[in-house]
Amino acid sequence: MAPAADRLHPRHIGWLLLALIMVVAPHVERVPWWITLLAATLLVWRLYITRRGLHLPRKWLLFLIALGGIGGIYISYGRILGRDAGVALLIIMLALKLLEMATLRDAMVLIFICYFLVITDFLYSQSIPTALYLLGAVWIITATMVGFQFRGVQPGYRYQLRTAGIMLLQSMPLMLVLFVLFPRVQGPIWSLPQDAYAGISGLSDEMAPGSVSKLILSDAIAFRVSFDSQIPPANRLYWRGPVLWDFDGYTWTAPRLPYMARREYQALGDPLEYTVTVEPHSRRWLFALDLPSRVPPRSTLSNDFQLFYQTAVNNRVRYDMSSHLSYRDNAEPGRRELRRALALPANTNPRASALASQMRKTAADERAYIGAVLGMFRNQNFYYTTTPPLLREDPVDEFLFSTRAGFCEHYASSFAVLMRAAGIPARIVTGYQGGELNTVGNYLTVRQADAHAWAEVWLKDDGWVRVDPTAAVSPERVEAGVAAAVPQAEELPLLLRGEYPWLRRVRMTWDSAANSWNQAVLGYSQDRQRELMRRVGIDDATWRSLATVMLVATGATTLVLALLMLRKLRAARPDPVTAAYSRFCERLARRGVARHPSEGPDAFRKRAAAARPELAPSIGSISELYIRLRYGEAARAADALQLKREVAGFSP
Amino acid sequence: MRGFALRSHLDRWLFRLRGAEAGSIVLVQRRIFILPSRHGMIYVAALLLMLTGSVNYNLSLGFVLTFLLTALGVNSILHTFRNLAGLRISPGRVQRVYAGEHAHFTLAIDNPGALERFSIGATRDGKDAIFTDVPARQATTVSVAVPAPRRGILRAGRLTLFTRYPLGLCYAWAYVEPDVSCLVYPRPEAPHVPLPLPAPHAGHGVVHGPGQEDFSGLRSYHPGDSPRHIAWKAAARGQALLTKQFSGRADTELWLDWQATPAALGVEGRLSRLARWVIDAHAAGLSFGLRLPGVVLPPAPGNAQHDRCLEALALFQTGENPHGAGGR
Repeated sequence: MAPAADRLHPRHIGWLLLALIMVVAPHVERVPWWITLLAATLLVWRLYITRRGLHLPRKWLLFLIALGGIGGIYISYGRILGRDAGVALLIIMLALKLLEMATLRDAMVLIFICYFLVITDFLYSQSIPTALYLLGAVWIITATMVGFQFRGVQPGYRYQLRTAGIMLLQSMPLMLVLFVLFPRVQGPIWSLPQDAYAGISGLSDEMAPGSVSKLILSDAIAFRVSFDSQIPPANRLYWRGPVLWDFDGYTWTAPRLPYMARREYQALGDPLEYTVTVEPHSRRWLFALDLPSRVPPRSTLSNDFQLFYQTAVNNRVRYDMSSHLSYRDNAEPGRRELRRALALPANTNPRASALASQMRKTAADERAYIGAVLGMFRNQNFYYTTTPPLLREDPVDEFLFSTRAGFCEHYASSFAVLMRAAGIPARIVTGYQGGELNTVGNYLTVRQADAHAWAEVWLKDDGWVRVDPTAAVSPERVEAGVAAAVPQAEELPLLLRGEYPWLRRVRMTWDSAANSWNQAVLGYSQDRQRELMRRVGIDDATWRSLATVMLVATGATTLVLALLMLRKLRAARPDPVTAAYSRFCERLARRGVARHPSEGPDAFRKRAAAARPELAPSIGSISELYIRLRYGEAARAADALQLKREVAGFSP
Repeated sequence: MRGFALRSHLDRWLFRLRGAEAGSIVLVQRRIFILPSRHGMIYVAALLLMLTGSVNYNLSLGFVLTFLLTALGVNSILHTFRNLAGLRISPGRVQRVYAGEHAHFTLAIDNPGALERFSIGATRDGKDAIFTDVPARQATTVSVAVPAPRRGILRAGRLTLFTRYPLGLCYAWAYVEPDVSCLVYPRPEAPHVPLPLPAPHAGHGVVHGPGQEDFSGLRSYHPGDSPRHIAWKAAARGQALLTKQFSGRADTELWLDWQATPAALGVEGRLSRLARWVIDAHAAGLSFGLRLPGVVLPPAPGNAQHDRCLEALALFQTGENPHGAGGR
């Protein structure tokens, strides 16, 4: 049996359960239901045992439950390691440990596992609310740990929370020092489990009817852009993503290997300077406007103006960009490239091909033909909607001749097919269009809901030229965003609707805070650290110089904290009244009239006045003031000042 | 053996051990030592694991949490240190004990500062610690049990005051060696050893006075007690035979003599027997004297005589000075 001081009290269990619930709660929506159920059952079981004062279950029973849990995880996830399965395993082990814990020593181990679970929560979300919530959880965990240490009187939960809170607050400065100065290395150190970045949405390298309109329902942020100068109008903001060349009659796909030949172009006008911060989307694309005139570090530019990052974008990436919005594409595409841009699968969408050749015959030249097709979209009964009807085989035919209601991918796809059928090289560009100006932070927020698809055609004199057929059907889409383009009744994320101006305002403030958070905290990387060091005068920061700076700063911070904390240790300073009176007594003692410890102030006054008759008036006055301040009923603040002044002037 | 000596030398230098100190001891900064506790080690290991995870997943908030907890650990060093610093330790009274019992050394822990101190442990051998809280500007006492295996004078020795508050991650301690000791009486022999017979010349050294016939209590009947003093009323109620005690009576005076104990018991055995006699004689309210080789304590009744005799037995042939021992 453990010594009494080490034994767990029901009060300890209560705190521990609270801490546990707090760290496991965010995982509940992500793990299979049976894990939540199992953990909850074990938790209630422990609570029951504690309430009734029963014995803990036998080891073999817990072992069987553990085995069952591992089996269940294997069935649910197909593995027992990796990010998701690992978290599930940790939760089950934590809950089982509850039923095995008998001493404070076991409980401390549980505390450490709780801290570790907090970090697993960050694997899924690092937003401000998550951070605040988990800071609260850390507070509770720490307070639990403080509670374990009380051996005598229990000062109550408030004191516990206060102690933990103060300790955490005192730890903040050193945390900042370490966060800024700890030498960062570019992770990962070893390869991550396959599911490390699952569940992140974004554009893909293929486009079928419905694939872009699926994104429209997500108000997740794709990237944020801050401009060095005036932000261009919305209808010029075409953020280029994957370029799709190949069409199988239903789906457009990007080439496996992008063309990397150099492009020749003639810039018209000055480049536009801006900075993009891309949210993780687990693919390689970086986004830029039209023609990038600079290639960000660790990335490459293909000849269809796509930017590729060296790895998948699994963390926020920030890069400075400059683009030409007006340019002339001079280069002659290669024959293979042109052939690819003209290919149409045989026996698909036959009516569209027929329509194309008929319209091409009546049009004077290629430009007139493009105009005619756009005019058809504009003037005939075409309809822009985020909830297009489902299309099956020959989607272009079906769209052009029967449903006539579609989203950008329908228009772009049909347009490109009509171009290719008429012998004009065409390709699809997917990306984002527009964005929302955040007036609080003065930057542009581009969301998944801003996803867009348009077409580019190759004309002999002008090279590749952008044509956005959606703009022909619904000019509002490119000028004012999706919210303006679709009827109010259609399904849109609440945040995208424009009905409530105050809501927009709140949202912008919030997003601005989130952006600052992303830039300053989440985006703090090795590069940013070097940049910061350069700014304070440490060029070429190595981990060694950083570590030195860090250690010095840590020592200084700790020293300051120590001095502040140990100051309180000294005997509390007496109040000013007592201090003044003891000064008075000291001065008399130096002149040979010492007050006995047991002598009251009145008795001392009489004796001192008798011993030094020449000082009697001031001795009497000071003693009287002191007696009134100490023992009188109506002592006034002025009396205290008076006492102080008289003692100061008292020099026997 | 040499290694041991070196070790103790090192200890003395490192921990500034300087023998017993008289008066109160203030736990100033250089008296307090601090090291991570076992939980502190596990905590550090957990932090390393968290740091690795944060680097690997490039988890900014992981770094934040890891560094927050690192700072918390550093902070807890200061807090634990502060929980012990500045306390004033003064030794208190020690009850005399019999060999084989535990002596309880009392320490008064005075907290002059404005901070409440929690969970201060006190221990002699590191095993059974007594915990106490010391509120701000107050004092509390702890008593540390020290086993007293042998008669004589027991020094308090080096006591450890320690704390792990508030997080249990650090262990701060201070050695105090207050200059107090406890007098340990010989272990009394098991009861039911009959007292020696009173001296044949009753009336020798007797105090005659008005209180001679004062009734002072009852004790169990011994053969030879005068029938006049048997409590017949009690006997009539079916109780065992009891003898009435009268203070200052000449016939209750006796000598407890070293020579009267069988030499076969050995020195300690004979002292044990004498201790038993002193206890019984005192309990019986007798006036008794003690005769040891080199020590003669003339017969007298009362507590002072009891203490005097046991002290003489405790210090018999130890060469120790009774004034070094803690008072009763």
